Amino acid sequence: MAGRAGAGGGNDIQWCFSQVKGAVDDDVAEADIISTVEFNHSGELLATGDKGGRVVIFQQEQENKTQSHSRGEYNVYSTFQSHEPEFDYLKSLEIEEKINKIRWLPQKNAAQFLLSTNDKTIKLWKISERDKRPEGYNLKEEDGRYRDPTTVTTLRVPVFRPMDLMVEASPRRIFANAHTYHINSISINSDYETYLSADDLRINLWHLEITDRSFNIVDIKPANMEELTEVITAAEFHPNSCNTFVYSSSKGTIRLCDMRASALCDRHSKLFEEPEDPSNRSFFSEIISSISDVKFSHSGRYMMTRDYLSVKIWDLNMENRPVETYQVHEYLRSKLCSLYENDCIFDKFECCWNGSDSIVMTGSYNNFFRMFDRNTKRDITLEASRENNKPRTVLKPRKVCASGKRKKDEISVDSLDFNKKILHTAWHPKENIIAVATTNNLYIFQDKMN
Amino acid sequence: MAAPLGTAAQADDTGDEKQDTQEKEAVAPERAEEAKLKAKYPNLGQRPGGSDFLMKRLQKGQKYFDSGDYNMAKAKMKNKQLPSTGPDKNLVTGDHIPTPQDLPQRKSSLVTSKLAG
Repeated sequence: MAGRAGAGGGNDIQWCFSQVKGAVDDDVAEADIISTVEFNHSGELLATGDKGGRVVIFQQEQENKTQSHSRGEYNVYSTFQSHEPEFDYLKSLEIEEKINKIRWLPQKNAAQFLLSTNDKTIKLWKISERDKRPEGYNLKEEDGRYRDPTTVTTLRVPVFRPMDLMVEASPRRIFANAHTYHINSISINSDYETYLSADDLRINLWHLEITDRSFNIVDIKPANMEELTEVITAAEFHPNSCNTFVYSSSKGTIRLCDMRASALCDRHSKLFEEPEDPSNRSFFSEIISSISDVKFSHSGRYMMTRDYLSVKIWDLNMENRPVETYQVHEYLRSKLCSLYENDCIFDKFECCWNGSDSIVMTGSYNNFFRMFDRNTKRDITLEASRENNKPRTVLKPRKVCASGKRKKDEISVDSLDFNKKILHTAWHPKENIIAVATTNNLYIFQDKMN
Repeated sequence: MAAPLGTAAQADDTGDEKQDTQEKEAVAPERAEEAKLKAKYPNLGQRPGGSDFLMKRLQKGQKYFDSGDYNMAKAKMKNKQLPSTGPDKNLVTGDHIPTPQDLPQRKSSLVTSKLAG
């Protein structure tokens, strides 16, 4: 039966604390709020973006042969200011520097590339290493000053000598001015040449090399804005089919589009929607059905959506309902009134797959996060907290008591801290290593080896 | 624990009936919550969720500063003190015209992220 405490995911993974990054104090500066977390394709690099427009990249250490029971730690590799706050004077619009999404490009050469976006502008960043520098110039001193040419009596050939590793980030492309509304998603195509960016009402297709042109492929803006009933909440390219992408809406639907069908993909190829009993409708129905994240499985056969209370797995071959539904925090259904009043009902939780598509993970409140094993149907609730700081100690499963008698070690719904929300989580593409972002801290957990 | 709402819904027909009852049980608290909300805010729109939220979402970031109003107010009040904002800077009421000084400073973070510290 689902929900049994102590049941881990797949072969019962035992999760242990590995590292935590960020300030200890409770007074959180707005700029430090983490807004996105993403592993690169190999899992060696882990990027975070924050509300202050900064990106921090961590790199996994090479495995230590002597310490066979732990994988490499993640240490800071590079950090840079990706976006700055702007003010659009024409529209009297403040543009936040908050990084909404980061997506890595697969590695093609020595350098690493990632796309980062705020509400309006997408940037392609190149992160490269420099570990040698030329020395022995004829006309320049080592400190850069120019030598008086008349003092040069012999010639030498400059050589490259090793230096301390320097990691440099430089913006290679800036994709701007293509979005009237706020960008919520970016997704790189499997052709590795194009990518899409989605805002509330439109989706654009870009070529990574071209910044002055973008093709609009979805436009759901009604002729009369009074008729607006839904917005785009997330979009993603299919991992293998370069012509296919999906986008989710605030009404709980997902549309799959095929770019071969027409230039403007306003007509979907498939519409995924779970039928709702109209007699069950309440004021909250639409709000809690709004999809906050959509992610394809690595295989490309399934996609996962996250709405306020649940995670749903859809088979691309079946549009009329999801094949699996997992309740994240059903106990919140009887708290919807206060969650509406404090705006928590609008929180946008993300979700992610593990490398083999057998387990899915998503965050909740009180710094809890949840994992669902699709094979065993078992689930577990864990907590990201500095109190569980001992490496290699297995994390204790948590349990929320919805009503009635609270058992020891359970926490009651009314004691949950709704300011401690885990919106962003990421799973290493190959290993059982996860990155979990609380408001301003990044936790890394690993499975207990041996 | 009653009704295992945590189990995955089976993708076949036999599960439907059971799921119906589960949903009815599940939605009753939702209706109770709706009643609570309507009691607190009787003027809340008839439309469920819908356009109000969407409009608010689309207009995020909008700031208003009318230089015409500002200059006229300055001229009119040449001899009087401009009413100040009071303790809550975000609250703009009555004759108070937002001035450039009142708008929160938009500076980029010069400080390195604490994640990198």
